[in-house]
Amino acid sequence: MRFVLKTNYGRDIDIFKHRAHAAWYIVLIGLLIIAPLFLDVFYETQLTELFIWAIAGAGLMLLVGYTGLVSLGHVAFMALGAYIHAILYSRGWPLVLSIPASAIMTGGIGVLIGVASLRMTGIYLAIATLAFAMIVEKVLAHWPALTGGHSGFRVDDPTLFGLSLDSSTAYYYTCLTVLLFVFLAVINLLRSPTGRSFIAVRDSEISAQALGVNLLRTKTLAFALSAALTGLAGALYAHRIGFLFPDAFTIMTSIMLLMLVVVGGLGSLHGVVFGAFFITIVPQIIAIVRDWLPTELVQRGGLEPLTFGAVLILFLVFEPLGFYGRWVKVRLFFSQFPLYRKKTFLRQKSYLKTERVH
Amino acid sequence: MLEAEGISVSFGGVHAIQDLSFKVEKGEIFSIMGPNGAGKTTVFNLISRFYDVDEGRIAFEGEDITKVSPHAIARKGIARTFQNVELFEHETVLKNLLIAQHIHKKTSVLTEFLFTPKVRKQEIAFRRKAEDVIDLLHLQNYRETTVDSLPFGIRKIVEIGRALCMDPKLLLLDEPSSGLNPEESEDLSFWIEDINEDLGITIVMVEHDMNLIGQVSNRVLAMADGKELTTGNPEEVRVHPDVVDAYLGT
Ligand SMILES: Nc1ncnc2c1ncn2[C@@H]1O[C@H](COP(=O)(O)OP(=O)(O)OP(=O)(O)O)[C@@H](O)[C@H]1O
Ligand SMILES: [Mg+2]
Repeated sequence: MRFVLKTNYGRDIDIFKHRAHAAWYIVLIGLLIIAPLFLDVFYETQLTELFIWAIAGAGLMLLVGYTGLVSLGHVAFMALGAYIHAILYSRGWPLVLSIPASAIMTGGIGVLIGVASLRMTGIYLAIATLAFAMIVEKVLAHWPALTGGHSGFRVDDPTLFGLSLDSSTAYYYTCLTVLLFVFLAVINLLRSPTGRSFIAVRDSEISAQALGVNLLRTKTLAFALSAALTGLAGALYAHRIGFLFPDAFTIMTSIMLLMLVVVGGLGSLHGVVFGAFFITIVPQIIAIVRDWLPTELVQRGGLEPLTFGAVLILFLVFEPLGFYGRWVKVRLFFSQFPLYRKKTFLRQKSYLKTERVH
Repeated sequence: MLEAEGISVSFGGVHAIQDLSFKVEKGEIFSIMGPNGAGKTTVFNLISRFYDVDEGRIAFEGEDITKVSPHAIARKGIARTFQNVELFEHETVLKNLLIAQHIHKKTSVLTEFLFTPKVRKQEIAFRRKAEDVIDLLHLQNYRETTVDSLPFGIRKIVEIGRALCMDPKLLLLDEPSSGLNPEESEDLSFWIEDINEDLGITIVMVEHDMNLIGQVSNRVLAMADGKELTTGNPEEVRVHPDVVDAYLGT
């Protein structure tokens, strides 16, 4: 096992705890930078999509994994981000303005949802956000003057300062860059007081209040940031699909996002990457497996939602810490081999709490 | 410093507190004792503003705090612990102590996104403070341990540490010794005295352990069924006939 000797506070605050740690991430980012040199277009677009999912996932992770609020409506933020950006962009706004503007506006709508849902938690919040997503879907469909309604909205090709980003390689780098900035910002937030106040609200609302954390402000902020990041992902997604229509954003997307954070591992940014990888690869696997299955089953459809649903339930039951938690255990196993004890990860009995406020 | 005047609160039909008054002087250690269900924790919840008083008022440093919102209480300088411990379970002890310094934060979300030098400086200051508290309460061995794998006794101490990280003027301790073994209890009584004398923090403590009360506190409020029985120094209160009755259940 590696003991990190902390000789000053800076060490504890820094993103990378030791050199080898930093080296791994530099290698990973380096690989992603040179990847387009030897990947064909298919894999390039798959990775681009993975980056977009990871951005949206980081947004949802802030809310679900760090603040402890659940949302089934995040597809709405993604849709809003996509539509707002596409509309502004079609009216001549430059990309560098219309993308941030769409993220900020989506964040503003997130504030409204946050305030409206303050008194709700758990299943009630899930239902309320679900209802919000349905309303947004209806608005997009029934406001053809602005959104093109069911006939859809063509997204203009992306250009940045006269430079076309339309090729799959250019767009790959665009999304990778945005992703890296988003992750850096989120990591920074999480090692600052605001990020910790999210965690405080997640783990104990009364303690958080006793420590001076304003629940209303904190939850609203979490909703706003979460919505803004998901909106940003939506804006990038708009160019990825090139054509917007209400059916591109269904509840299925919300569930996929939720699955991303759960399967990856709640409360971890590594989990976002694992989760994004997972939801990008599963449809591919299904596509391959499909050829092997009896045609009856395949023709009935719904194979994807079924798989996603089943996986989600399996994870909730057997591996609540997600892929990242599993990875940590595997890593510990090898670093302590042959001394690994199964008991290490058994949860201690928690102490009984009374129902009332104590 | 803290003054309650004729406070009452009831839940449905239960009169949890009835016309209770008491006054805590700056610098003292004031204990509240009473049998189960006497309303001791409820008094704390009224001060923390988790409950609204039905009648009466509570003043802190001369200012009426009966209408202040719960999260604003911390900024006034009041910190507390909980009878059953309310820590941030999935986080390490250090992180708990850092979260506790929330009211001292001077940075905005925007600067935190960029992690400007100001944010870094603040983080270092927060860690210094946390380390001071860790040293004071001998928590060095648990710094990086997550709370859900700590024994109950240590959690109680961590919770006191968390309250201290707020730099409070007044500290409310709800049954600090319950669940501690005799050695831990002994350490606790020294710490309570240190906190009071060296850090100059006024303490209000709900306690059952008469020994601990006798050792550290200046005055004791004994209550039963939401009402005051008597207030005085520990020796007087211990032998007061009403108090003896209340504990014998007559
Ligand atoms: N939120 C609440 N809703 C209903 N009843 C409550 C609530 N809080 C406290 N009570 C009631 O008020 C009375 C006093 O409770 P309190 O928790 O203050 O007692 P206590 O003196 O702290 O007892 P203990 O020694 O068991 O901690 C009890 O009868 C309790 O059931
Ligand atoms: Mg109590």
